[in-house]
Amino acid sequence: MISYYMKLALLSLKRNPLLSGLMVLAIGLGVGACMTIITVNYLMSADPIPQKSDQLFYVQVDSWDPHESRDERNLPPDQLTWTDATNLMAAKRAYRQAAMASSGGVVEPADADAKPFNASIRLTYQDFFAMFEVPFLYGSPWSAEDDANERQVVVLSKAMNDKIFGGSDSTGQTLRITGNLFTVAGVLDHWQPVPRFYDLTTGAFNTSEDLFMPLSLKMPLELDSSGNVNCWKEPEEPGFKGFLLSECVNFQMWVELPDAGDKAEYQAFLNNYVNTQKELGRFPRPLNNRLSDVMQWMEIQEVVADDARIMLWLSFMFLAVCLLNTIALLLAKFSAKAPEIGLRRAIGASRKEVFIQHLLEAGSIGLLGGLLGLALALLGLQGVGALYGEFADNLTSLDLPLVLLALLLALIASLLAGLYPTWRACQVNPSQQLKSQ
Amino acid sequence: MRDLGPILRAMLRNKTGAILIAIQIAVTMTIIVNAVFIIQQRNELMARESGLDEANSFYLTSVGFADDYNPQNTTQEDLLALRALPGVVDAIQTNAVPMSGSGWSMGLQTQPGEEFDGTGVAVYMVDEHGLNTLDVELIAGRNFNQQEIRWREPAARTWPDVIIITRDMAEALFPESAIEEVVGKTVYINDDQPINIIGIIDKLQAPWVGWGSVERAMLSPEQTLFNSANYLIRTKPGQRNSLMPQIEEMLANSNKGRIIRDLTTIEDTRERSYRRHSAMIKILLIVVLTLTLVTAAGIVGLSSFTVNKRRKQIGTRRALGATKGDILRYFMLENLLISSMGIALGLALTLGLNMVLVNNFEMQRLDWYYLPFGMAVLWLLGQLAVLGPASRAAAIPPAVATRSV
Repeated sequence: MISYYMKLALLSLKRNPLLSGLMVLAIGLGVGACMTIITVNYLMSADPIPQKSDQLFYVQVDSWDPHESRDERNLPPDQLTWTDATNLMAAKRAYRQAAMASSGGVVEPADADAKPFNASIRLTYQDFFAMFEVPFLYGSPWSAEDDANERQVVVLSKAMNDKIFGGSDSTGQTLRITGNLFTVAGVLDHWQPVPRFYDLTTGAFNTSEDLFMPLSLKMPLELDSSGNVNCWKEPEEPGFKGFLLSECVNFQMWVELPDAGDKAEYQAFLNNYVNTQKELGRFPRPLNNRLSDVMQWMEIQEVVADDARIMLWLSFMFLAVCLLNTIALLLAKFSAKAPEIGLRRAIGASRKEVFIQHLLEAGSIGLLGGLLGLALALLGLQGVGALYGEFADNLTSLDLPLVLLALLLALIASLLAGLYPTWRACQVNPSQQLKSQ
Repeated sequence: MRDLGPILRAMLRNKTGAILIAIQIAVTMTIIVNAVFIIQQRNELMARESGLDEANSFYLTSVGFADDYNPQNTTQEDLLALRALPGVVDAIQTNAVPMSGSGWSMGLQTQPGEEFDGTGVAVYMVDEHGLNTLDVELIAGRNFNQQEIRWREPAARTWPDVIIITRDMAEALFPESAIEEVVGKTVYINDDQPINIIGIIDKLQAPWVGWGSVERAMLSPEQTLFNSANYLIRTKPGQRNSLMPQIEEMLANSNKGRIIRDLTTIEDTRERSYRRHSAMIKILLIVVLTLTLVTAAGIVGLSSFTVNKRRKQIGTRRALGATKGDILRYFMLENLLISSMGIALGLALTLGLNMVLVNNFEMQRLDWYYLPFGMAVLWLLGQLAVLGPASRAAAIPPAVATRSV
């Protein structure tokens, strides 16, 4: 029976190709626009490390100016001072902990023909790799002793290893970076968290760094500070060391706290730490220390761009227009079929059968519209990629759940659109229709 | 107008169709008006000038890495060589470039003391060639002279004694004074270090295009002794593209202890900094266009259907003496009524969406004239869409009435 209704539905679609095409196009456009924008929003707000995003916490302490808070929302500064980053690392009160900063420097490949070039560097601690489950291709993270003894070791990104060592296992090799000789401890496999949650103070969708090395080297090697440096008072002593010991913030820190008890303990430890610092004359503001997990931190840093959210609103309204359009057209179409429906009812078709037949017709329009919408969404994502360039590189891929969502959206939309016209079609009074023939 | 009665009665008998179209028109109007408003705002944002000679300027970064790298000698040699090149108007070393996104900001205050708030300002460290290279005009006071330019050590904590500021910054600091009177005034940096304002320039944007006070900038007479330095170079018209590779090669060869990177034109910098706005504009334009077409197609489809359904009725009317014009007018008027209902609802929805956007995002209130504009567009759209089906209706011959009765 269903296959017969299906045949009827397709026949009916073919009878008014223009009208059917218009309905399919409307649903396709609505679904395509929605899916494009939903995908961008979904990837922007995606959990970059779902297996443990609720166990990783970003550390903020309010070391800011007594006269004004860092931020209108009275949040603490989004970064730490060197003093606090190193003190909190030395305390070792979390299961895992990694303070970090972004830096950069010139790499001089051993090959004399190869030109020196500039590379981005993440300065951090050994725990960074285990905490964020960073995959290694060769070698391993450096050791805790390397951190403590300020050893010149480096971990290369896959792209960097391909560029300098042709992709071979380079562990143990040496490399001149920022004018200093480093030993390669390991090489990462491809690793690009989206968003790049571990440092949201610069672009949330930036690519991960080329090189990773111990943060403890920053002071002895006087490594550059990239990212944002914010100060509320000038350093008290001159020179590089004066800058590090100042109240300027340029460092980030994450801790891994496996359960809620650990979090409470760490929060108490932070408060305690700030109180002891107050005795030294620092931290003039009231106690305001925060631990935010990955998703909370992304929310606070407003990772999802306003434009993307505005477009999400608009795209749903766009879909609504397309649906209204389809409802009106279906209504007109089914009402024109009243004589036919009257005839079918008169020769024995029940209301239910008429209902199923027309819902199938609406559903097939939805399915076709969904497929068109999917194609349009792929096109739309390409377009978004082209318009936004490298900013959107990591934001324009469609995965299986999204494809299913698109089809589901189209189907639900078209059934929703089909429901009322179908119900109206069932209300046809057979005797009246037959009389007017 | 005598058609009004029959039209209303016909509409009441088929309420749902009319209501659906009206809602569709309302939502379409809501999206179109708000989208056009956003587009217009982004256009205004993008039309702001940086102050530079954008078409003929570019910059590059020089990063020293050799152990014996000397920033002072390198800067002096580089600038001499750059300024001597034929085709180069002028060149400076600077810590930041307008619109580039990264720079340095400080606060200036009119009274000393840490209890007073400073006014945020973008800092450009330049020498006496700054005004010429940046293509800014001195509207009051004087330029720096060579003796005033100092070398800035990394992590230096003090500032020079004199600065030049933009007109916007002068107005922000001294809203009561005329521009000429601001010259010679003292302001304070780092809470209590006094600085004398010696000149005012017309216009120079900060490096951050998204900053609300992007027109507030100051020039500080210094050259940095950092390992990494930017050179901003202004060329004669039309010579930028040929000079860029030439200069890159010249600098790279003159000193092997450094690398030259990020050779970028100001035009590219502008494009990059405003890319998300231009992308938003394009996306919204596509949305507006598609939506207009969908709604128009919907109206065409639906009215064609109604016309077909009423063929016999129309034929009868024609047979009873109605002219073609009467039939045409009937359908046009019907559409006008439905559109007007939609537009009335659309006005409320448009303002509602604008309120949502104002409350949730950093958006401004809609200017009033967008509303009549939106109404006119939707009315016109409806009338144009119905014109085809209505003229087909008018073409139905009276003979139809006599057939197949």
